[in-house]
Order: sequence, then structure tokens, then C-alpha cells
Amino acid sequence: MHDYQDQKPTVLAILDTHLSMPGNLLPILHAIQDDLGYIPTAAVEDIASTLHLSKAEVHGVITFYHYFRETPPGQHTIHICRAESCQSMGSKALENHAKHTLGIDYHETTSDGQFSLEAVYCLGNCACSPSITIDNEVYGRVSPEKFDQLLATHQGAE
Amino acid sequence: MTRLFISRDSTAISLGAEQVVNVVTQQAASRGLDIEIVRNGSRGLFWLEPLLEVETSAGRVAYGPVQPQDVATLLDNGLLQGKEHALYLGNIEELAYFKNQNRLTFARVGLTDPVSLNDYLAHDGYRGLKNALAMQPAEIVKHVSDSGLRGRGGAAFPTGIKWNTVMNAPADQKYIVCNADEGDSGTFSDRMIMEGDPFVLIEGMTIAGLAVGATQGYIYLRVEYPHAGIALNQAIEAAKQHGYLGENIQNSGKTFNLEVRRGAGAYICGEETSLLESLEGKRGLVRFKPPLPAIVGLFGKPTIVNNVISLASVPIILDKGGNYYRDYGMGRSRGTLPLQLAGNIKHPGLFEVAFGMTLRELLYEYGGGTASGRPIRAVQVGGPLGAYMHPGQFDTPLDYEAFAAISSVLGHGGLVVHDDTVDMAEMARYAMEFCVEESCGKCTPCRIGSTRGVEVIDKIVAGIEKDKNTVLLRDLCDTMTFGSLCAMGGMTPFPVLSALNHYPEDFGLSPAKP
Repeated sequence: MHDYQDQKPTVLAILDTHLSMPGNLLPILHAIQDDLGYIPTAAVEDIASTLHLSKAEVHGVITFYHYFRETPPGQHTIHICRAESCQSMGSKALENHAKHTLGIDYHETTSDGQFSLEAVYCLGNCACSPSITIDNEVYGRVSPEKFDQLLATHQGAE
Repeated sequence: MTRLFISRDSTAISLGAEQVVNVVTQQAASRGLDIEIVRNGSRGLFWLEPLLEVETSAGRVAYGPVQPQDVATLLDNGLLQGKEHALYLGNIEELAYFKNQNRLTFARVGLTDPVSLNDYLAHDGYRGLKNALAMQPAEIVKHVSDSGLRGRGGAAFPTGIKWNTVMNAPADQKYIVCNADEGDSGTFSDRMIMEGDPFVLIEGMTIAGLAVGATQGYIYLRVEYPHAGIALNQAIEAAKQHGYLGENIQNSGKTFNLEVRRGAGAYICGEETSLLESLEGKRGLVRFKPPLPAIVGLFGKPTIVNNVISLASVPIILDKGGNYYRDYGMGRSRGTLPLQLAGNIKHPGLFEVAFGMTLRELLYEYGGGTASGRPIRAVQVGGPLGAYMHPGQFDTPLDYEAFAAISSVLGHGGLVVHDDTVDMAEMARYAMEFCVEESCGKCTPCRIGSTRGVEVIDKIVAGIEKDKNTVLLRDLCDTMTFGSLCAMGGMTPFPVLSALNHYPEDFGLSPAKP
């Protein structure tokens, strides 16, 4: 597990650079997750005290938004689109295939720490459904076979 | 030096545009060819992506869809001279799909380098701002009012009225907020503009700032659009450096600053008051209206909240005048709507056209029917809160009022096509499930109603007291429609009831009467 004491300087530095920004909580949470991969529960207290908010308010914001996560992600995060356009082109079969192949459900990470699986509602790639993202990259017309190829290229890769 | 164009659009990338760029670069180097690859926006004919265009003495020649393994034979056959090849398409602008559009808002998308200010200026960019700088605020607003432009986010509220309200609201600070939280399934026009012509959005927001006296703008961009964020920030930086943003814009003494803020995966933040809460750093809970955001908006100040396409349509209105834009369209739907053909469709893409074309023409003439080759059974227009339309309704013209008359919505112009394998009871259930997932939780009809909706649909499908539960589902939809705070709960009944009314057999109920 990560030790928050190692992460704390990063969190404090991010807080410091965002102090004068109006409406800074989301940018701060993004910056922390960009750097650390997630928002450590222990960071909530530092965020709250710096911004003069209650811990409950910060926790409420983190948990309101699907994108923010409080646990470390796997090496790669896969988002599968569940929205209507992707459904019209077979995303349900793709979802089942992905869960079966990885042996995990949504919001879980494979035991080897390689892949986390998340649902997403629309990637704006609806002209080439079904779509997924792996980390920051979007892939279109993803058949189960193409999914397996993508897994193979990412397996073990940085 | 020969210029090639390969798109930086997310969809082109999702189909392998980066790999094509890499192979072209390698092959050109090993063959000693003098080329430059411009990363343009997408032309929007997505079945042809990755599209490769080459600039020749006879104009631009297109090839597509190009895969990395095609590059060698393309070069062998004289790609740089625009010669014939199996993937040869000729001038993309001559294809009926492109030629029969009315590209006003999307005039430059696919044509130019999206982050080149010089390219933007060379293709009529910033002419609207130049005119606006010579006008009084009320004149700018008058042009927008005269154009008949209505909110392209989906609500279709007259943009000029909104701007007029903010202009007349006295305050020490006002804001322009661009709603770039394009969360509707089947829509990607905002993304394409931001990736393919970000300056047009920046120019539109700057003009809005001049019109109402706002000096700060925010683009609330959904986190699912990282490429749009990159293009916007590159364009904002270039605009700042050349005096198109910041203080003393083009020596006018006027100030306008602009910043991109990322959302975090909440559909509800596309609702304008929820978006404002999110920008303020809070949970995206919907606000009560009134007061309207135009009076009490971001940080309590008068605020314009407009969709990307609405704002991106402003530069051409200020360039050519409100009347020019108003001359397109029908009835009270003026100008053009960038439609997005998505889902199970043979020719998916962006189709900007004047209001008035029928759904049928769009789906069959240009969309080419389904990708699967099976009959179209249902089309959901206007995102996850839009009604499912059945083939008997396909002669409806694309017009806000014509759609409203049959309990449908045009929304943000997204069309998701389903073939005859679709289970409409499942789609109705999904609509409720989506509302469960994305409700902000503030009002009861939406928060609880959606959960009860899933349960009731499950009972109907399972054959448990079908008639009673169907009455209950309709009653529940009534409560959600009239009792919800915003469109999330208020419009979820659109897809549910349209599925129930047009496809009762999928729920195990007697077929609809003809």
C-alpha cells in the first residue's frame, strides 16, 4: 500500500498552486488524481483544512463524480461505453466478454494489478461504436477479438 | 513540399490515424519524399476515416479509409500526385454527403489546421469579432436575436433573449460559461468543433463577452474529451499571444480571459445549474430556478451559459449578419443544425444542414440505412432523454416544433439508430437505469422514481400483473415529468413512454393499434 506521508508533499504542493483560483476544488482533485492515480482518503483532511471546508464536503464532491477514485488503479484503466449508441452495435456482448476475460466486474482491478475496469456513459465516438478507452486513448468498433488484441498490446506495457 | 492531411479528431484516432501518420512519415523518409502532414479536424464522414487528403495542383484529393498497410501501395501509385488507387475518393467536398450540407458552423472543420491561428485568419476567422468590436453591445445582441439562433444544447431557448437579459443585468462581474459537457449518447458535434476548429468557439465566447460586458469565460469540458482539451488549450495560448484574448483585445481596450475546466464524469453537469455548482467546486446538484443563471449565475453573478455549438455559431452571424443565418431553416427553427448520425448506421458522421430536411432523407439518403443491413426499427433522437421514433414517424421534418408536436425532441441533434434486433423493453429499462446512475439526487421524482421505474419495467417484462403495472409505470412517468426539478427526471419518460407506446409487444403487451 502507498504511504500517505510520501504522497503528502505532492498534495500540499497542488493545494498551494491552486489557492487563489476561484472554484478550485475540482481542479485540485484532478491534479491529485493526475499525479497519484487516485485521491487518497488521507488527503481529504489536508484538502478540507486548506480550503476551509468540512471533510464531509470534500468527501461528498469526490464521491459525487464517477471519474474520481479513492483506490489506486491498475497499471491500465479500461473504460467501456455503456450508452445507447454502443448498445446498438453490440456493447453488451463486449461488456460480458471483457468481464469474463479479465475475471473482474466494474470498479475492480485484476489480481495482477494490470487492468482496472470502469463503465463510462458516452465517449463521443458514437460514429464508430462500440467504443472503449484504455488509459487516455479511445478505440472504436471494438469487437471481442479487437479487445483481446488491445489487452495483449497493453499487458505488461508501461 | 507536398502537404498531406490526416485528422487529429478522436474518432479518426480511434480508428488508427496515429499509426497511419507514423507509417506515412517513415515511408516518406525512406523514399526521400518532401512532405508535411497537417493534423486537421475531421470532415465528419466517419466511415471513411482514417482519411488521407493530399494537396495537389488540382486541389485536395482524398483517400480512405486508409490502414497502415495501404500506405506503401498508395505511395507506389502516385499518392502525392493525387493518382488513382482503390481507396481514391477524389475531392471529398464533391461527395453528395458533404456537398448537400450547409456548413455554416462547421465551415472550417476538416479544412484547416485547428490550432493554427494563421490558418483560421486565412479562412475568414475573427471577422465576426472585428465587426463586434466596432458595435455597441446592444447591436451585437440584436444580430444574435435577428439570427433566430436557439440553444443548440437541446433546450432550444432563444440565444438572443438570454444575452439580452445578461446585458441588462447590472453587476461588477459577469461570466460567459460554455457548456462543453456533451454527455448525450449519439452526439459528438461539440467535440468535433473543439478538436477541429477551437478558435471559432473562442471567438464566439469573446463576442459574447463584449455583448454583455463579461471579462471572464470558462469552458466546462467533460473529462472524456482529452483531445478537445489539448486543442482548446493550444488555441487559447495562440489567441492570447496574438492579442485575441486577455487585456486590450486587438487594441480595443476590452478584456476577455478564458479558461478550460474539466468535468469529472457526471452526466447531470450538462444541466446548466448543476454545471455552475460544479464550476464552483461543489457537487453537481441542480439549483432551483428562478433565479435564472442570467441573473444569478456563476458565483452569484449574471452568467451566459451556452452550448458549444450555439457559441460557435456566433462568429458567422456577426460576420455575415443575423439575417444571413436566419435565411436558412424553417418555421421558428432558423439556421442550421449539425446532426450526428450514430449507432447502427452505414454512413455515420456529422451532417450540418438547414432545418427542414426529413428524418427519412437523412437516415436513408445519406445515412445509407443500418450498418448491419437489417431494417431500421427505432431511432433515438436527442440523446438518452429523447424519444424513440418508429419508421412511421420518419417523415417528420427536422424542426423543433414538428418534433414537439409528436412528443419528441431534436435536442442536441444526435441520432442513434437501432436495427430490428433491438429489445425496446430493454432500452426503456436502460433509460430508467441511466437516470438512477446519473440523478443528482436532489428531487424525489427523479431520485426514487427512476429506481421504481426499473423495478416496474422488470415486473411487466416478467409478466407480473402486467396491466396494473403498466398503469403504474405511466403514472410514475407522469410524476417524473411534472414533478422533477430538471430535464433529467423530467424527460426520462420520453424514451420510456415512446418505447412502451410504439413497441408494446417487446414488453409482452398487445401490439399497438395501427
